[in-house]
Amino acid sequence: MNRHLLSTSDLSRDDALLILDTAEHLAQVADRSIKKLPTLRGRTVVNLFFEDSTRTRISFEAAAKRLSADVINFSAKGSSVSKGESLKDTALTLQAMGADAVVVRHGASGAPHRLATWVDGSVVNAGDGTHEHPTQALLDAFTMRRRLGDLDGRRVTIVGDVLHSRVARSNVHLLHTLGAQVTLVAPPTLVPVSMGDWPCEVSYDFDAVLPKSDVVMMLRVQHERMNASYFPSAREYSRRYGLDPERLGRMPEGAIVMHPGPMNRGMEIAAEVADSGRSTIVEQVTNGVTVRMAVLYLLLSGSEPAIGGTQ
Amino acid sequence: MNGAQNQARDDRRPMAGQSPRDAAETPEGPRPGDEYAGDERAVLEAPDINRALTRIAHEILERAKGPEKLLLLGIPTRGTILARRLADRIEQVEGQPVAFGSLDVTMYRDDLRLKPARALGRTDLPTEGVDGRIVVLVDDVLYSGRTVRAALDALNDLGRPTAVRLAVLVDRGHRELPIRADHVGKNLPTSRAETVRVCLAETDQRDAVLLRGGLR
Repeated sequence: MNRHLLSTSDLSRDDALLILDTAEHLAQVADRSIKKLPTLRGRTVVNLFFEDSTRTRISFEAAAKRLSADVINFSAKGSSVSKGESLKDTALTLQAMGADAVVVRHGASGAPHRLATWVDGSVVNAGDGTHEHPTQALLDAFTMRRRLGDLDGRRVTIVGDVLHSRVARSNVHLLHTLGAQVTLVAPPTLVPVSMGDWPCEVSYDFDAVLPKSDVVMMLRVQHERMNASYFPSAREYSRRYGLDPERLGRMPEGAIVMHPGPMNRGMEIAAEVADSGRSTIVEQVTNGVTVRMAVLYLLLSGSEPAIGGTQ
Repeated sequence: MNGAQNQARDDRRPMAGQSPRDAAETPEGPRPGDEYAGDERAVLEAPDINRALTRIAHEILERAKGPEKLLLLGIPTRGTILARRLADRIEQVEGQPVAFGSLDVTMYRDDLRLKPARALGRTDLPTEGVDGRIVVLVDDVLYSGRTVRAALDALNDLGRPTAVRLAVLVDRGHRELPIRADHVGKNLPTSRAETVRVCLAETDQRDAVLLRGGLR
């Protein structure tokens, strides 16, 4: 049976906990002098990136290499995609090369789902348009669990450009599965129109939600996806929805600040806040490698994957 | 491969819909529908296991000429429990604590692709690491030797012990690799059709080594 990680809503609570527990064991590998395991020797992982990315691509590459898989990096720039090759033809090329897993990032929501119908290997969604980014949500949940313990009943506030955020969508589903209460905070213009089935609350008032949050996750304002004016000025956005040192001071003791990166320092998050002891932003990057190792291990190591949804 | 017959090793397989912890610690007793359910006899009882462990503890100490450089590493799940018991015994004899931990070998197994992906066990090493130590690998059943090979590979990535030894509660024969135990609780000649199951109080409510099946 062929399974993929396309969306966090495909993950059952047991699947999600299996990934997080596996990652917990794999975190020890990062402390060893030899940070390599022989588990995926001879397997091929293709990183297929149609959109720019630093940390996600490097993170997947490091994760696959630590498990001894062969990694082929493919970016749309400088490939036949710029000559007009279709996604399907690219997929068939990968298929012919015998990819065991394809890690795909694409600007179009749903592209990994299409890809999953064309290739034999497992497809891992590394971000598709404004749809989902499941491994980011998993590493966020892993970071929260390491800092705060069990997520059951924890209150997580996700603030900012929800409309364009695949991170927010993936987090809402995963955190709900894990028992946390999620509140989305955004200007009304940056809240998706149809979100009736999202298992979370929505607020337009950051200051009201702030004192009741165990986790505050700031989202990047995605200028590159904005084709209209969603707020009057950067300064006004920053004043109402930015996390500055004054707001940080009103967060409950022990509450943490997260950001999926890359940050617009001074826009959604102040530099002092990003560099404070409550910020987990650097940990999130470290944990990203660990969680992606867990995902690749569970999808590829056995005769059949232990997690994920079928296409 | 032997996996299907060696319950002590095999019961760690996770499945979707079951938490890995449950999978690791649910004892696999005879189930309705098993051909030979009920035909399970104890070859070692609690006092036998006790005596065997005491003897192994003394053998380990004697061979290592004291507890200072010793590091007992159990292979999860039941090897870890046995390593802890051996460490307790050595401490009672010597009056000073001996280092122990656990070493998960799942990622180094050679049969990973024969079964669905499995959950990982715990690896706990002392902060000083394994360099310069006399490492004693501890497991419940020695069978094909493939788990021990995986453990040797795992150790190789962790450092360079002075020596590596192997202690097992039961050696049931049928080696598939050139591996031999230094300390054995009981040599148990078996046929491949038989199943050896080690129960320990910590996970299975009682101490016993059970044998079932075979043509006797």
